[in-house]
Amino acid sequence: MKLVDQFKKGLSAPICLTWEWTYACNLSCTHCLSSSGRRDPKELTTAEIKAVIDELQRMQVFYVNIGGGEPTVRPDFWELMHYAVTHDVGVKFSTNGLRITPLRARQLVATDYVDVQISLDGATREVNDAVRGPGSYDTAIAAMANLADAGFAGFKVSVVMTRQNVPQLGEFKAIADRYGAQLRITRLRPSGRGADVWDDLHPTQGQQRQIYDWLVRHGDNVLTGDSFFHLNALGSTSLPGLNLCGAGRVVCLIDPVGDVYACPFAIHDAFLAGNVREAGFGRVWRESPLFAQLREPQSAGACASCGEYDACQGGCMAAKFFTGLPLAGPDPECVKGNAPTTGLAIPAQGKDHSHRKRVALGMPSVPAKPCDPSPLAVR
Amino acid sequence: MSTDSPGFDPAAPYRLNPRVALRPEPFGALAYHFGTRKLSFLKAPALVELVRDLEAHPTVLAAVDHLAAPEKDRYLRALATLAETDMIVPA
Repeated sequence: MKLVDQFKKGLSAPICLTWEWTYACNLSCTHCLSSSGRRDPKELTTAEIKAVIDELQRMQVFYVNIGGGEPTVRPDFWELMHYAVTHDVGVKFSTNGLRITPLRARQLVATDYVDVQISLDGATREVNDAVRGPGSYDTAIAAMANLADAGFAGFKVSVVMTRQNVPQLGEFKAIADRYGAQLRITRLRPSGRGADVWDDLHPTQGQQRQIYDWLVRHGDNVLTGDSFFHLNALGSTSLPGLNLCGAGRVVCLIDPVGDVYACPFAIHDAFLAGNVREAGFGRVWRESPLFAQLREPQSAGACASCGEYDACQGGCMAAKFFTGLPLAGPDPECVKGNAPTTGLAIPAQGKDHSHRKRVALGMPSVPAKPCDPSPLAVR
Repeated sequence: MSTDSPGFDPAAPYRLNPRVALRPEPFGALAYHFGTRKLSFLKAPALVELVRDLEAHPTVLAAVDHLAAPEKDRYLRALATLAETDMIVPA
């Protein structure tokens, strides 16, 4: 049996576990897939996170992808990172660069089993800050410079591909090269606040072709988190990677309050497998009925009659779900244009920790006529 | 047969690199190298057993001696690859 078919049946523990340590974030990116902003009061404590790390060590989960929110705003972030790497659980953490000072950069270089991923969604300040907010480009570039100056070779620069930044692929590569980093590009998902900007930001059909062609030429040196396998139907060259949806099979997400979801792009009750507080992580991974179902052979649905199904596997489960498409059927970005675009019922998103909009202080409402002498006000 | 890859000598003793952990999986095992951070997949339980027991044998050839010809060649090629990627090392 091919390895990829084994993966579809699930592994004894995830290969790629994403673990978000907080919903708090200093930024409010328009496409944030976890709708982060404010800390959740029920987030896992230091002791609870350490207990899960102990369990991951026993399960031989050799590394985790730590994210958020902005994970480094947790006051115990460095303590937890140190705890993980000294318990055989390597850490790659995603950050907007906020806390990567020259001193931290030097400490990170001196720590084994740690990798850093800086998020950047535009190769220019203008394109990046339109999505990630004012000042975020400068913060990210400063963090990269600090890592490079400290001698941290091969850290990652992570880009979510949007309609505005696809033309900048070459520039992103040049930025990564300049700082001795490795470029990682991933797919925009209509998850979290990403749903609000999906129609405006997701790449056009022509840009999808551009991404595919660029990856065929440069893919060996560029990471993708296997997120573009839906583009494999564009040509005979398969993009590097597993070419399958790993949700619940080799991948899953633990969110800041300990909820376990099938994948990082699916923070929604429909993909909730359990909580680490109740039974520990291992039991959720092994015994969740949802994960058992995802490890069964999946129906191709409306894609069964398409000759490209073997190449694209029907695309991304979360992208379909959050655009109101059936899970058995084409991806919203189906390169053959087979996804229906009308009559879709878009589901509500799951948790929302977005920063609250600022409300001007003062009287909550002012009567239309401040000096109305009538003893009765009728609305 | 590519057992002539530089460095790998099937006539010498080998063992699993102490920096490599084997995680049992339904198909065999997942090997993780804590130094290079590389993952490998051992796709046959027999290969996992062979790698685990390697150091009990005076040479690699002695460890595969019980196997029939075509299988022996396949496992020697797999061991050569594991040696190239530092998963197994001279004992």
